[in-house]
Amino acid sequence: MKRILVGVKRVVDYNVRVRVKPDGSGVATEGVKMSLNPFDEIALEEALRIKERGGADEVVAVTIGPADTQAQLRTALAMGADRALLVQSDKPVEPLDAAQILRKLVERETPFLVLLGKQAIDDDNNQTGQMLAALWDRPQATFASKIELMDGVARVTREVDVGLETVEIELPAVITVDLRLNEPRYVKLPDIMKAKKKPLDTLQLAELGITLVERVKAVRYDAPSVRTKGVMVKDVSELVGALRSKGLVK
Amino acid sequence: MSSNILIIAEHNGAQISSATAKCVSCAVTITGAPITILVLAKSGAAIAAQAAQFAGVGKVLQLDHTQNEHALSAVLAPQIVKLAQPFTHVFGASTTFGKDLMPRVAALLGAPQLSDIMAVEGERRFRRPIYAGNAVVTVEVPEPHKIVATVRTASFQPAAAGGSAPIEVVSTDAVLPGYARFVSVAAAGSDRPDLQTATRVVSGGRALGSAENFKLMYELADALGAAVGASRAAVDAGYATSDLQVGQTGKIIAPELYVAVGISGAIQHLTGIKDARTIVAINKDADAPIFEVADIGLVGDLFSIVPELRKQLGNG
Ligand SMILES: Cc1cc2nc3c(=O)[nH]c(=O)nc-3n(C[C@H](O)[C@H](O)[C@H](O)COP(=O)(O)OP(=O)(O)OC[C@H]3O[C@@H](n4cnc5c(N)ncnc54)[C@H](O)[C@@H]3O)c2cc1C
Ligand SMILES: Nc1ncnc2c1ncn2[C@@H]1O[C@H](COP(=O)(O)O)[C@@H](O)[C@H]1O
Repeated sequence: MKRILVGVKRVVDYNVRVRVKPDGSGVATEGVKMSLNPFDEIALEEALRIKERGGADEVVAVTIGPADTQAQLRTALAMGADRALLVQSDKPVEPLDAAQILRKLVERETPFLVLLGKQAIDDDNNQTGQMLAALWDRPQATFASKIELMDGVARVTREVDVGLETVEIELPAVITVDLRLNEPRYVKLPDIMKAKKKPLDTLQLAELGITLVERVKAVRYDAPSVRTKGVMVKDVSELVGALRSKGLVK
Repeated sequence: MSSNILIIAEHNGAQISSATAKCVSCAVTITGAPITILVLAKSGAAIAAQAAQFAGVGKVLQLDHTQNEHALSAVLAPQIVKLAQPFTHVFGASTTFGKDLMPRVAALLGAPQLSDIMAVEGERRFRRPIYAGNAVVTVEVPEPHKIVATVRTASFQPAAAGGSAPIEVVSTDAVLPGYARFVSVAAAGSDRPDLQTATRVVSGGRALGSAENFKLMYELADALGAAVGASRAAVDAGYATSDLQVGQTGKIIAPELYVAVGISGAIQHLTGIKDARTIVAINKDADAPIFEVADIGLVGDLFSIVPELRKQLGNG
Protein backbone atom coordinates (compact mmCIF):
# COMPACT_ATOMS: atom_id res chain seq x y z
CA MET A 1 0.00 0.00 0.00
CA LYS A 2 1.47 3.32 -1.07
CA ARG A 3 0.69 5.62 1.81
CA ILE A 4 1.17 9.30 2.53
CA LEU A 5 1.18 10.53 6.11
CA VAL A 6 0.13 14.16 6.63
CA GLY A 7 0.65 16.01 9.91
CA VAL A 8 -2.08 18.50 10.72
CA LYS A 9 -2.08 20.77 13.74
CA ARG A 10 -4.92 22.74 15.27
CA VAL A 11 -3.98 26.39 15.68
CA VAL A 12 -5.64 29.73 16.36
CA ASP A 13 -7.18 30.82 13.06
CA TYR A 14 -4.86 33.05 11.04
CA ASN A 15 -7.43 35.87 11.00
CA VAL A 16 -7.50 36.16 14.79
CA ARG A 17 -5.34 38.82 16.31
CA VAL A 18 -4.20 37.08 19.48
CA ARG A 19 -3.68 38.95 22.73
CA VAL A 20 -1.31 38.26 25.57
CA LYS A 21 -3.05 37.70 28.92
CA PRO A 22 -2.63 40.65 31.27
CA ASP A 23 -0.67 38.55 33.79
CA GLY A 24 1.81 37.46 31.12
CA SER A 25 1.05 33.78 31.68
CA GLY A 26 0.18 33.04 28.09
CA VAL A 27 -1.84 33.97 25.06
CA ALA A 28 -5.62 34.22 25.40
CA THR A 29 -7.07 31.34 23.37
CA GLU A 30 -10.38 30.75 25.16
CA GLY A 31 -13.32 31.19 22.84
CA VAL A 32 -11.01 32.02 19.95
CA LYS A 33 -11.65 30.46 16.53
CA MET A 34 -9.44 27.43 15.93
CA SER A 35 -8.56 26.01 12.51
CA LEU A 36 -6.23 23.66 10.75
CA ASN A 37 -2.82 25.24 10.34
CA PRO A 38 -2.99 26.80 6.84
CA PHE A 39 0.24 25.12 5.72
CA ASP A 40 -1.13 21.74 6.80
CA GLU A 41 -4.21 22.19 4.63
CA ILE A 42 -1.81 22.73 1.74
CA ALA A 43 0.13 19.59 2.71
CA LEU A 44 -3.10 17.60 2.83
CA GLU A 45 -4.29 19.03 -0.49
CA GLU A 46 -1.02 17.96 -2.11
CA ALA A 47 -1.35 14.44 -0.70
CA LEU A 48 -4.89 14.21 -2.07
CA ARG A 49 -3.80 15.39 -5.51
CA ILE A 50 -0.98 12.83 -5.56
CA LYS A 51 -3.50 10.11 -4.71
CA GLU A 52 -5.97 11.34 -7.33
CA ARG A 53 -3.22 11.13 -9.95
CA GLY A 54 -2.62 7.51 -8.95
CA GLY A 55 0.61 8.22 -7.08
CA ALA A 56 -0.67 6.91 -3.74
CA ASP A 57 -3.29 4.50 -2.44
CA GLU A 58 -4.05 6.02 0.94
CA VAL A 59 -3.77 9.36 2.72
CA VAL A 60 -3.59 9.29 6.51
CA ALA A 61 -3.99 12.51 8.50
CA VAL A 62 -2.49 12.63 11.95
CA THR A 63 -2.70 15.16 14.72
CA ILE A 64 -1.12 15.32 18.14
CA GLY A 65 -3.29 17.18 20.60
CA PRO A 66 -6.10 17.02 23.14
CA ALA A 67 -9.18 14.86 22.53
CA ASP A 68 -11.23 17.66 21.00
CA THR A 69 -8.79 18.08 18.09
CA GLN A 70 -10.93 15.30 16.60
CA ALA A 71 -12.89 18.17 15.08
CA GLN A 72 -9.88 19.17 12.97
CA LEU A 73 -9.31 15.56 11.96
CA ARG A 74 -12.93 15.38 10.78
CA THR A 75 -12.20 18.41 8.61
CA ALA A 76 -9.18 16.59 7.20
CA LEU A 77 -11.34 13.53 6.50
CA ALA A 78 -13.95 15.73 4.84
CA MET A 79 -11.27 17.20 2.61
CA GLY A 80 -10.54 13.65 1.48
CA ALA A 81 -8.13 11.87 3.83
CA ASP A 82 -8.93 8.14 4.03
CA ARG A 83 -8.35 7.77 7.75
CA ALA A 84 -7.15 9.75 10.70
CA LEU A 85 -5.02 9.22 13.77
CA LEU A 86 -5.24 11.24 16.95
CA VAL A 87 -2.27 10.97 19.24
CA GLN A 88 -3.73 12.27 22.44
CA SER A 89 -1.74 14.72 24.51
CA ASP A 90 -3.27 17.26 26.82
CA LYS A 91 0.07 18.96 27.34
CA PRO A 92 1.66 20.99 24.55
CA VAL A 93 4.27 19.06 22.61
CA GLU A 94 7.58 20.58 21.61
CA PRO A 95 8.69 20.04 18.00
CA LEU A 96 11.23 17.40 19.06
CA ASP A 97 8.44 15.47 20.81
CA ALA A 98 6.17 15.86 17.79
CA ALA A 99 8.99 14.57 15.58
CA GLN A 100 9.56 11.59 17.89
CA ILE A 101 5.85 10.78 17.86
CA LEU A 102 5.71 11.05 14.07
CA ARG A 103 8.80 8.83 13.88
CA LYS A 104 6.87 6.14 15.79
CA LEU A 105 3.90 6.52 13.46
CA VAL A 106 6.18 6.21 10.45
CA GLU A 107 7.29 2.83 11.82
CA ARG A 108 3.69 1.67 12.12
CA GLU A 109 2.37 3.14 8.89
CA THR A 110 5.45 2.82 6.61
CA PRO A 111 4.55 5.79 4.37
CA PHE A 112 6.65 6.53 1.28
CA LEU A 113 6.10 10.23 1.89
CA VAL A 114 5.41 12.41 4.92
CA LEU A 115 3.95 15.82 4.12
CA LEU A 116 3.96 18.53 6.79
CA GLY A 117 3.48 22.26 6.88
CA LYS A 118 6.63 24.34 6.89
CA GLN A 119 5.55 25.91 10.16
CA ALA A 120 2.70 25.98 12.60
CA ILE A 121 1.48 29.57 12.81
CA ASP A 122 1.03 29.55 16.59
CA ASP A 123 4.59 28.96 17.77
CA ASP A 124 6.14 29.73 14.37
CA ASN A 125 8.79 27.07 15.02
CA ASN A 126 9.46 25.61 11.58
CA GLN A 127 11.23 22.56 13.02
CA THR A 128 9.13 19.40 13.09
CA GLY A 129 9.68 18.14 9.53
CA GLN A 130 13.44 18.61 9.63
CA MET A 131 13.60 16.90 13.03
CA LEU A 132 11.53 13.95 11.82
CA ALA A 133 13.78 13.56 8.77
CA ALA A 134 16.85 13.55 11.04
CA LEU A 135 15.43 10.97 13.47
CA TRP A 136 14.28 8.80 10.54
CA ASP A 137 17.62 9.24 8.71
CA ARG A 138 15.79 10.18 5.52
CA PRO A 139 16.08 13.22 3.22
CA GLN A 140 14.05 16.38 3.68
CA ALA A 141 12.86 19.14 1.37
CA THR A 142 11.51 22.22 3.11
CA PHE A 143 9.67 25.27 1.69
CA ALA A 144 8.27 23.19 -1.19
CA SER A 145 6.45 25.12 -3.92
CA LYS A 146 6.42 22.26 -6.45
CA ILE A 147 6.62 18.49 -6.00
CA GLU A 148 7.12 15.96 -8.82
CA LEU A 149 7.15 12.30 -7.92
CA MET A 150 9.14 9.98 -10.13
CA ASP A 151 10.38 6.46 -9.74
CA GLY A 152 11.59 6.31 -6.14
CA VAL A 153 12.51 9.99 -6.03
CA ALA A 154 10.83 13.32 -5.52
CA ARG A 155 11.98 16.39 -7.38
CA VAL A 156 11.12 19.39 -5.24
CA THR A 157 11.30 23.10 -5.95
CA ARG A 158 12.02 25.06 -2.79
CA GLU A 159 11.41 28.75 -2.12
CA VAL A 160 14.74 29.83 -0.67
CA ASP A 161 16.12 33.30 0.07
CA VAL A 162 17.94 33.67 -3.25
CA GLY A 163 15.13 32.32 -5.42
CA LEU A 164 13.99 28.83 -6.37
CA GLU A 165 16.13 25.79 -5.63
CA THR A 166 15.47 22.33 -7.03
CA VAL A 167 16.58 19.21 -5.18
CA GLU A 168 16.10 15.51 -5.79
CA ILE A 169 15.45 13.33 -2.79
CA GLU A 170 15.08 9.58 -2.58
CA LEU A 171 11.88 8.21 -1.11
CA PRO A 172 10.79 7.73 1.58
CA ALA A 173 11.26 11.34 2.57
CA VAL A 174 9.81 14.27 4.45
CA ILE A 175 8.57 17.32 2.55
CA THR A 176 7.37 20.51 4.26
CA VAL A 177 5.19 22.76 2.17
CA ASP A 178 5.06 26.48 1.47
CA LEU A 179 2.07 28.65 0.59
CA ARG A 180 2.36 28.61 -3.19
CA LEU A 181 2.33 24.83 -3.61
CA ASN A 182 -1.42 24.70 -4.21
CA GLU A 183 -4.78 26.10 -3.18
CA PRO A 184 -6.63 23.77 -0.83
CA ARG A 185 -10.13 22.67 -1.86
CA TYR A 186 -13.26 23.74 -0.03
CA VAL A 187 -15.10 21.14 1.95
CA LYS A 188 -18.65 20.42 0.72
CA LEU A 189 -21.54 19.41 2.94
CA PRO A 190 -21.88 15.81 1.62
CA ASP A 191 -18.16 15.33 2.32
CA ILE A 192 -18.71 16.30 5.94
CA MET A 193 -21.40 13.64 6.19
CA LYS A 194 -19.14 11.05 4.56
CA ALA A 195 -16.27 11.98 6.85
CA LYS A 196 -18.30 10.91 9.88
CA LYS A 197 -18.07 7.30 8.71
CA LYS A 198 -14.35 7.30 8.03
CA PRO A 199 -12.04 5.65 10.57
CA LEU A 200 -10.50 7.86 13.26
CA ASP A 201 -8.29 6.05 15.75
CA THR A 202 -6.98 7.44 19.00
CA LEU A 203 -3.57 6.48 20.34
CA GLN A 204 -2.10 7.27 23.74
CA LEU A 205 1.46 8.50 24.10
CA ALA A 206 2.26 5.52 26.33
CA GLU A 207 1.21 3.10 23.56
CA LEU A 208 3.84 4.68 21.39
CA GLY A 209 6.41 4.54 24.18
CA ILE A 210 6.65 8.32 24.39
CA THR A 211 7.13 10.37 27.55
CA LEU A 212 7.06 14.10 26.99
CA VAL A 213 10.11 16.05 28.09
CA GLU A 214 9.94 19.75 28.89
CA ARG A 215 13.15 21.10 27.45
CA VAL A 216 11.97 24.66 26.85
CA LYS A 217 10.30 26.54 29.69
CA ALA A 218 8.12 29.53 28.83
CA VAL A 219 8.96 32.08 31.51
CA ARG A 220 6.77 34.98 30.43
CA TYR A 221 4.64 36.27 27.58
CA ASP A 222 4.64 39.92 26.55
CA ALA A 223 2.77 41.97 24.02
CA PRO A 224 5.10 43.13 21.26
CA SER A 225 6.27 46.71 21.29
CA VAL A 226 3.79 48.62 19.18
CA ARG A 227 4.53 51.16 16.53
CA THR A 228 2.61 54.34 16.96
CA LYS A 229 0.66 55.99 14.20
CA GLY A 230 2.65 58.77 12.59
CA VAL A 231 1.62 61.75 10.51
CA MET A 232 -0.58 61.92 7.44
CA VAL A 233 0.60 64.13 4.59
CA LYS A 234 -1.71 65.55 1.97
CA ASP A 235 0.35 65.31 -1.20
CA VAL A 236 3.63 64.22 -2.73
CA SER A 237 5.42 67.50 -1.98
CA GLU A 238 4.61 67.14 1.71
CA LEU A 239 5.76 63.52 1.59
CA VAL A 240 9.10 64.50 0.08
CA GLY A 241 9.38 67.29 2.68
CA ALA A 242 8.75 64.81 5.51
CA LEU A 243 11.35 62.42 4.11
CA ARG A 244 13.82 65.27 3.78
CA SER A 245 13.33 66.39 7.37
CA LYS A 246 14.14 62.86 8.50
CA GLY A 247 17.28 62.97 6.38
CA LEU A 248 16.01 60.14 4.19
CA VAL A 249 16.25 62.05 0.91
CA LYS A 250 18.39 64.96 -0.15
CA MET B 1 28.70 24.48 32.74
CA SER B 2 30.04 27.68 31.26
CA SER B 3 28.69 28.64 27.87
CA ASN B 4 30.61 27.87 24.70
CA ILE B 5 29.02 28.92 21.42
CA LEU B 6 29.31 27.39 17.95
CA ILE B 7 27.98 29.39 14.97
CA ILE B 8 27.35 27.70 11.63
CA ALA B 9 28.51 29.99 8.84
CA GLU B 10 26.30 30.73 5.87
CA HIS B 11 28.00 31.51 2.56
CA ASN B 12 27.65 31.25 -1.19
CA GLY B 13 30.88 29.36 -1.79
CA ALA B 14 32.98 32.52 -1.86
CA GLN B 15 31.51 35.12 0.49
CA ILE B 16 30.35 34.78 4.08
CA SER B 17 26.81 36.06 4.64
CA SER B 18 26.05 39.15 6.71
CA ALA B 19 23.46 36.95 8.44
CA THR B 20 26.38 35.12 10.06
CA ALA B 21 27.84 38.44 11.20
CA LYS B 22 24.50 39.09 12.91
CA CYS B 23 24.65 35.72 14.66
CA VAL B 24 28.03 36.81 16.05
CA SER B 25 26.45 40.01 17.41
CA CYS B 26 23.81 37.94 19.13
CA ALA B 27 26.39 35.54 20.55
CA VAL B 28 28.67 38.27 21.97
CA THR B 29 25.82 39.46 24.19
CA ILE B 30 26.19 36.18 26.09
CA THR B 31 28.98 37.64 28.16
CA GLY B 32 32.16 35.70 28.52
CA ALA B 33 31.21 32.82 26.24
CA PRO B 34 33.87 31.89 23.68
CA ILE B 35 32.62 31.99 20.08
CA THR B 36 33.66 29.57 17.35
CA ILE B 37 32.50 29.76 13.73
CA LEU B 38 32.27 26.58 11.66
CA VAL B 39 32.62 26.91 7.89
CA LEU B 40 31.43 23.90 5.92
CA ALA B 41 32.33 24.26 2.26
CA LYS B 42 33.95 22.52 -0.68
CA SER B 43 37.02 24.68 -0.20
CA GLY B 44 36.37 27.20 2.53
CA ALA B 45 39.73 28.92 3.12
CA ALA B 46 38.61 32.33 1.84
CA ILE B 47 35.32 32.15 3.74
CA ALA B 48 37.08 31.08 6.93
CA ALA B 49 39.42 34.05 6.55
CA GLN B 50 36.40 36.39 6.41
CA ALA B 51 34.84 34.70 9.45
CA ALA B 52 38.09 35.20 11.38
CA GLN B 53 37.74 38.95 11.00
CA PHE B 54 34.47 39.34 12.92
CA ALA B 55 35.16 41.05 16.22
CA GLY B 56 34.49 38.73 19.15
CA VAL B 57 35.20 35.44 17.39
CA GLY B 58 37.76 33.22 19.19
CA LYS B 59 38.29 30.54 16.60
CA VAL B 60 37.23 29.44 13.13
CA LEU B 61 36.88 25.80 12.12
CA GLN B 62 37.20 25.07 8.42
CA LEU B 63 35.71 21.77 7.27
CA ASP B 64 36.24 21.12 3.58
CA HIS B 65 34.46 18.27 1.83
CA THR B 66 33.43 17.79 -1.81
CA GLN B 67 29.91 16.93 -0.64
CA ASN B 68 29.68 20.36 1.02
CA GLU B 69 29.59 22.16 -2.33
CA HIS B 70 25.83 22.68 -2.13
CA ALA B 71 24.22 23.21 1.23
CA LEU B 72 22.22 20.04 1.82
CA SER B 73 21.12 19.77 5.44
CA ALA B 74 21.14 15.97 5.39
CA VAL B 75 24.84 16.15 4.50
CA LEU B 76 25.86 19.07 6.72
CA ALA B 77 24.04 18.06 9.90
CA PRO B 78 25.99 14.87 10.73
CA GLN B 79 29.29 16.75 10.31
CA ILE B 80 28.15 19.52 12.64
CA VAL B 81 26.99 17.00 15.22
CA LYS B 82 30.45 15.38 15.27
CA LEU B 83 32.01 18.73 16.14
CA ALA B 84 29.28 20.04 18.45
CA GLN B 85 30.20 18.01 21.52
CA PRO B 86 32.17 20.67 23.47
CA PHE B 87 29.62 23.40 22.81
CA THR B 88 26.61 24.41 24.92
CA HIS B 89 24.98 26.56 22.20
CA VAL B 90 24.79 26.03 18.42
CA PHE B 91 23.54 29.05 16.47
CA GLY B 92 22.58 29.61 12.84
CA ALA B 93 20.83 32.48 11.12
CA SER B 94 17.07 32.46 10.69
CA THR B 95 17.39 32.36 6.91
CA THR B 96 16.07 29.57 4.70
CA PHE B 97 19.53 27.98 5.05
CA GLY B 98 19.45 28.08 8.85
CA LYS B 99 15.78 27.17 9.15
CA ASP B 100 16.36 24.07 7.03
CA LEU B 101 19.57 22.99 8.74
CA MET B 102 19.38 23.79 12.45
CA PRO B 103 16.38 21.61 13.43
CA ARG B 104 18.09 18.67 11.76
CA VAL B 105 21.17 19.34 13.90
CA ALA B 106 19.04 19.77 17.02
CA ALA B 107 17.23 16.46 16.52
CA LEU B 108 20.50 14.57 16.03
CA LEU B 109 21.81 16.17 19.23
CA GLY B 110 18.56 15.41 21.07
CA ALA B 111 18.40 19.12 21.83
CA PRO B 112 15.54 21.61 21.65
CA GLN B 113 15.67 24.47 19.17
CA LEU B 114 14.72 28.08 19.82
CA SER B 115 13.61 29.65 16.54
CA ASP B 116 14.12 33.34 15.68
CA ILE B 117 15.72 34.57 18.89
CA MET B 118 15.38 38.35 18.98
CA ALA B 119 17.01 39.15 22.35
CA VAL B 120 19.31 37.52 24.86
CA GLU B 121 18.15 37.73 28.48
CA GLY B 122 20.71 35.40 29.97
CA GLU B 123 23.02 32.54 29.06
CA ARG B 124 20.07 30.19 28.72
CA ARG B 125 17.20 32.67 28.49
CA PHE B 126 16.01 34.27 25.26
CA ARG B 127 13.08 36.16 23.75
CA ARG B 128 11.38 35.09 20.54
CA PRO B 129 8.27 36.16 18.59
CA ILE B 130 5.26 33.85 18.24
CA TYR B 131 1.85 34.19 16.54
CA ALA B 132 3.28 36.18 13.63
CA GLY B 133 4.87 38.57 16.10
CA ASN B 134 1.66 39.28 18.00
CA ALA B 135 3.28 38.01 21.17
CA VAL B 136 6.81 37.66 22.46
CA VAL B 137 7.73 34.75 24.68
CA THR B 138 10.69 34.58 27.04
CA VAL B 139 12.00 31.03 27.13
CA GLU B 140 14.60 29.23 29.20
CA VAL B 141 16.34 25.94 28.51
CA PRO B 142 17.56 24.20 31.67
CA GLU B 143 20.84 22.32 31.73
CA PRO B 144 22.02 19.86 30.59
CA HIS B 145 20.29 20.39 27.24
CA LYS B 146 22.31 21.97 24.51
CA ILE B 147 20.62 25.02 23.02
CA VAL B 148 20.23 25.05 19.26
CA ALA B 149 18.87 28.34 17.98
CA THR B 150 18.23 30.39 14.89
CA VAL B 151 18.94 34.10 15.22
CA ARG B 152 16.38 36.60 13.89
CA THR B 153 18.63 38.67 11.66
CA ALA B 154 16.43 41.79 11.75
CA SER B 155 17.11 42.08 15.49
CA PHE B 156 20.90 42.34 15.33
CA GLN B 157 23.47 44.50 13.57
CA PRO B 158 26.33 42.72 11.77
CA ALA B 159 29.43 42.24 13.96
CA ALA B 160 32.18 44.75 13.32
CA ALA B 161 35.41 43.78 11.59
CA GLY B 162 38.73 43.92 13.38
CA GLY B 163 39.10 40.39 14.69
CA SER B 164 41.86 37.98 13.75
CA ALA B 165 40.82 34.59 15.07
CA PRO B 166 42.98 31.54 14.36
CA ILE B 167 41.68 29.14 11.70
CA GLU B 168 41.84 25.42 12.30
CA VAL B 169 41.28 22.98 9.44
CA VAL B 170 39.24 20.04 10.68
CA SER B 171 37.70 16.83 9.36
CA THR B 172 35.21 14.33 10.72
CA ASP B 173 34.45 10.66 10.22
CA ALA B 174 30.73 11.42 9.84
CA VAL B 175 28.97 9.10 7.40
CA LEU B 176 27.35 11.32 4.78
CA PRO B 177 24.16 10.16 3.08
CA GLY B 178 23.73 10.25 -0.68
CA TYR B 179 19.94 10.31 -0.65
CA ALA B 180 19.57 14.05 -1.30
CA ARG B 181 20.97 15.80 -4.35
CA PHE B 182 21.17 19.41 -5.44
CA VAL B 183 19.81 19.89 -8.97
CA SER B 184 19.77 23.62 -9.70
CA VAL B 185 19.01 27.05 -8.39
CA ALA B 186 17.22 29.80 -10.25
CA ALA B 187 18.44 32.90 -8.46
CA ALA B 188 16.47 35.97 -9.27
CA GLY B 189 19.71 37.95 -8.72
CA SER B 190 19.85 41.53 -9.92
CA ASP B 191 22.22 44.45 -9.62
CA ARG B 192 19.77 46.15 -7.27
CA PRO B 193 20.40 46.18 -3.51
CA ASP B 194 19.63 42.91 -1.77
CA LEU B 195 16.23 42.93 -0.06
CA GLN B 196 17.51 41.38 3.16
CA THR B 197 20.34 43.83 3.77
CA ALA B 198 19.13 46.98 1.98
CA THR B 199 18.78 50.17 4.02
CA ARG B 200 15.83 51.21 1.85
CA VAL B 201 13.04 49.04 0.50
CA VAL B 202 9.99 49.87 -1.62
CA SER B 203 7.29 47.19 -1.71
CA GLY B 204 4.29 46.81 -3.98
CA GLY B 205 1.03 45.02 -3.27
CA ARG B 206 -1.97 43.61 -5.06
CA ALA B 207 -3.00 47.12 -6.10
CA LEU B 208 -0.24 47.22 -8.73
CA GLY B 209 -2.54 45.00 -10.79
CA SER B 210 -0.04 43.46 -13.23
CA ALA B 211 3.60 42.56 -13.69
CA GLU B 212 3.77 45.36 -16.22
CA ASN B 213 2.56 47.93 -13.68
CA PHE B 214 4.90 46.47 -11.06
CA LYS B 215 7.75 48.08 -13.04
CA LEU B 216 6.63 51.31 -11.38
CA MET B 217 8.10 49.88 -8.18
CA TYR B 218 11.46 49.26 -9.85
CA GLU B 219 11.52 52.83 -11.14
CA LEU B 220 10.73 54.18 -7.68
CA ALA B 221 13.38 51.89 -6.20
CA ASP B 222 15.97 53.21 -8.61
CA ALA B 223 15.12 56.80 -7.70
CA LEU B 224 15.67 55.99 -4.01
CA GLY B 225 18.54 53.52 -4.36
CA ALA B 226 16.24 50.96 -2.77
CA ALA B 227 15.62 47.23 -2.99
CA VAL B 228 12.22 46.00 -4.18
CA GLY B 229 9.86 43.91 -2.07
CA ALA B 230 6.31 42.67 -2.46
CA SER B 231 3.30 41.46 -0.50
CA ARG B 232 2.21 37.87 -0.73
CA ALA B 233 -0.76 38.87 -2.86
CA ALA B 234 1.56 40.50 -5.40
CA VAL B 235 3.78 37.40 -5.49
CA ASP B 236 0.84 34.98 -5.75
CA ALA B 237 -0.56 37.02 -8.63
CA GLY B 238 2.77 36.74 -10.44
CA TYR B 239 3.66 40.46 -10.36
CA ALA B 240 6.88 39.74 -8.45
CA THR B 241 9.07 36.68 -7.78
CA SER B 242 8.80 34.75 -4.50
CA ASP B 243 12.20 35.86 -3.21
CA LEU B 244 10.77 39.38 -2.92
CA GLN B 245 8.00 38.48 -0.47
CA VAL B 246 8.12 40.38 2.79
CA GLY B 247 6.35 39.04 5.88
CA GLN B 248 5.78 36.13 8.21
CA THR B 249 6.45 33.61 5.48
CA GLY B 250 8.73 35.77 3.41
CA LYS B 251 11.61 37.95 4.52
CA ILE B 252 11.80 39.74 7.85
CA ILE B 253 13.62 42.99 7.21
CA ALA B 254 14.75 46.06 9.14
CA PRO B 255 15.58 48.82 6.65
CA GLU B 256 15.86 52.49 7.57
CA LEU B 257 13.12 53.33 5.09
CA TYR B 258 10.23 51.10 4.02
CA VAL B 259 7.72 52.36 1.48
CA ALA B 260 4.54 50.26 1.19
CA VAL B 261 2.61 50.96 -1.99
CA GLY B 262 -0.89 49.53 -2.45
CA ILE B 263 -0.43 47.15 0.48
CA SER B 264 -3.27 46.85 3.01
CA GLY B 265 -1.11 45.92 6.02
CA ALA B 266 -2.24 42.39 6.97
CA ILE B 267 -0.62 41.14 10.20
CA GLN B 268 1.40 38.58 8.25
CA HIS B 269 2.89 41.41 6.18
CA LEU B 270 3.51 43.70 9.16
CA THR B 271 5.48 40.93 10.90
CA GLY B 272 8.13 41.41 8.26
CA ILE B 273 8.59 45.16 8.76
CA LYS B 274 8.16 45.76 12.51
CA ASP B 275 11.77 46.77 12.88
CA ALA B 276 11.91 49.19 9.96
CA ARG B 277 13.01 52.65 11.15
CA THR B 278 10.57 54.71 9.05
CA ILE B 279 7.52 53.27 7.32
CA VAL B 280 5.82 55.22 4.55
CA ALA B 281 2.42 54.04 3.33
CA ILE B 282 0.69 54.98 0.10
CA ASN B 283 -2.84 53.62 -0.15
CA LYS B 284 -6.12 54.90 -1.56
CA ASP B 285 -8.08 53.61 1.44
CA ALA B 286 -7.70 55.95 4.43
CA ASP B 287 -8.82 53.11 6.72
CA ALA B 288 -6.20 50.61 5.53
CA PRO B 289 -4.46 49.04 8.56
CA ILE B 290 -1.05 49.91 7.14
CA PHE B 291 -1.67 53.52 8.25
CA GLU B 292 -1.81 52.36 11.90
CA VAL B 293 1.89 51.55 11.77
CA ALA B 294 3.09 54.07 9.19
CA ASP B 295 5.27 56.99 10.27
CA ILE B 296 4.22 58.90 7.17
CA GLY B 297 0.97 58.17 5.38
CA LEU B 298 -0.41 59.46 2.10
CA VAL B 299 -3.94 58.62 0.97
CA GLY B 300 -4.40 58.52 -2.79
CA ASP B 301 -4.07 56.64 -6.05
CA LEU B 302 -0.65 55.06 -6.41
CA PHE B 303 -0.79 55.39 -10.20
CA SER B 304 -0.61 59.17 -9.90
CA ILE B 305 1.44 59.35 -6.65
CA VAL B 306 4.30 57.04 -7.59
CA PRO B 307 5.23 58.75 -10.90
CA GLU B 308 4.96 62.16 -9.23
CA LEU B 309 7.12 61.01 -6.31
CA ARG B 310 9.72 59.71 -8.72
CA LYS B 311 9.73 63.02 -10.53
CA GLN B 312 10.17 65.03 -7.33
CA LEU B 313 12.96 62.76 -6.14
CA GLY B 314 14.79 63.51 -9.36
CA ASN B 315 17.23 61.10 -10.87
CA GLY B 316 18.49 59.52 -7.72
C1 LIG C 1 -0.26 31.64 6.80
C2 LIG C 1 -0.21 32.94 6.06
C3 LIG C 1 1.00 33.54 5.81
C4 LIG C 1 1.06 34.76 5.11
N1 LIG C 1 2.28 35.34 4.90
C5 LIG C 1 2.35 36.53 4.28
C6 LIG C 1 3.61 37.19 4.06
O1 LIG C 1 4.68 36.68 4.39
N2 LIG C 1 3.60 38.41 3.45
C7 LIG C 1 2.45 39.02 3.04
O2 LIG C 1 2.53 40.13 2.50
N3 LIG C 1 1.27 38.41 3.21
C8 LIG C 1 1.19 37.18 3.81
N4 LIG C 1 -0.03 36.57 3.94
C9 LIG C 1 -1.20 37.17 3.26
C10 LIG C 1 -1.84 38.33 4.00
O3 LIG C 1 -2.79 37.83 4.93
C11 LIG C 1 -2.56 39.27 3.00
O4 LIG C 1 -3.49 38.52 2.26
C12 LIG C 1 -1.62 39.97 2.00
O5 LIG C 1 -0.54 40.57 2.70
C13 LIG C 1 -2.40 41.03 1.21
O6 LIG C 1 -1.58 41.64 0.25
P1 LIG C 1 -1.86 43.13 -0.27
O7 LIG C 1 -1.80 44.04 0.90
O8 LIG C 1 -0.96 43.37 -1.41
O9 LIG C 1 -3.33 42.99 -0.86
P2 LIG C 1 -4.71 43.58 -0.32
O10 LIG C 1 -4.95 43.18 1.08
O11 LIG C 1 -5.71 43.22 -1.35
O12 LIG C 1 -4.49 45.14 -0.31
C14 LIG C 1 -4.40 45.94 -1.45
C15 LIG C 1 -4.42 47.37 -0.98
O13 LIG C 1 -4.20 48.23 -2.07
C16 LIG C 1 -5.03 49.38 -1.93
N5 LIG C 1 -5.24 49.93 -3.27
C17 LIG C 1 -5.98 49.41 -4.28
N6 LIG C 1 -5.87 50.17 -5.39
C18 LIG C 1 -5.05 51.19 -5.09
C19 LIG C 1 -4.55 52.30 -5.82
N7 LIG C 1 -4.85 52.49 -7.10
N8 LIG C 1 -3.72 53.16 -5.19
C20 LIG C 1 -3.38 52.97 -3.87
N9 LIG C 1 -3.83 51.95 -3.14
C21 LIG C 1 -4.65 51.05 -3.74
C22 LIG C 1 -6.28 48.88 -1.26
O14 LIG C 1 -6.91 49.95 -0.56
C23 LIG C 1 -5.73 47.81 -0.33
O15 LIG C 1 -5.46 48.34 0.97
C24 LIG C 1 -0.12 35.36 4.64
C25 LIG C 1 -1.34 34.76 4.88
C26 LIG C 1 -1.41 33.55 5.57
C27 LIG C 1 -2.72 32.90 5.80
N1 LIG D 1 0.80 18.69 17.24
C1 LIG D 1 0.96 18.42 15.94
N2 LIG D 1 0.14 17.54 15.32
C2 LIG D 1 0.29 17.25 14.00
N3 LIG D 1 1.22 17.80 13.22
C3 LIG D 1 2.07 18.68 13.78
C4 LIG D 1 1.99 19.05 15.16
N4 LIG D 1 2.96 19.94 15.41
C5 LIG D 1 3.60 20.16 14.24
N5 LIG D 1 3.07 19.41 13.26
C6 LIG D 1 3.46 19.38 11.83
O1 LIG D 1 4.73 19.99 11.69
C7 LIG D 1 4.64 21.19 10.92
C8 LIG D 1 5.64 22.21 11.41
O2 LIG D 1 5.33 22.59 12.74
P1 LIG D 1 6.32 23.45 13.66
O3 LIG D 1 7.65 22.79 13.61
O4 LIG D 1 5.70 23.38 15.03
O5 LIG D 1 6.32 24.84 13.11
C9 LIG D 1 3.19 21.58 11.01
O6 LIG D 1 2.83 22.39 9.92
C10 LIG D 1 2.50 20.22 11.02
O7 LIG D 1 2.43 19.68 9.71
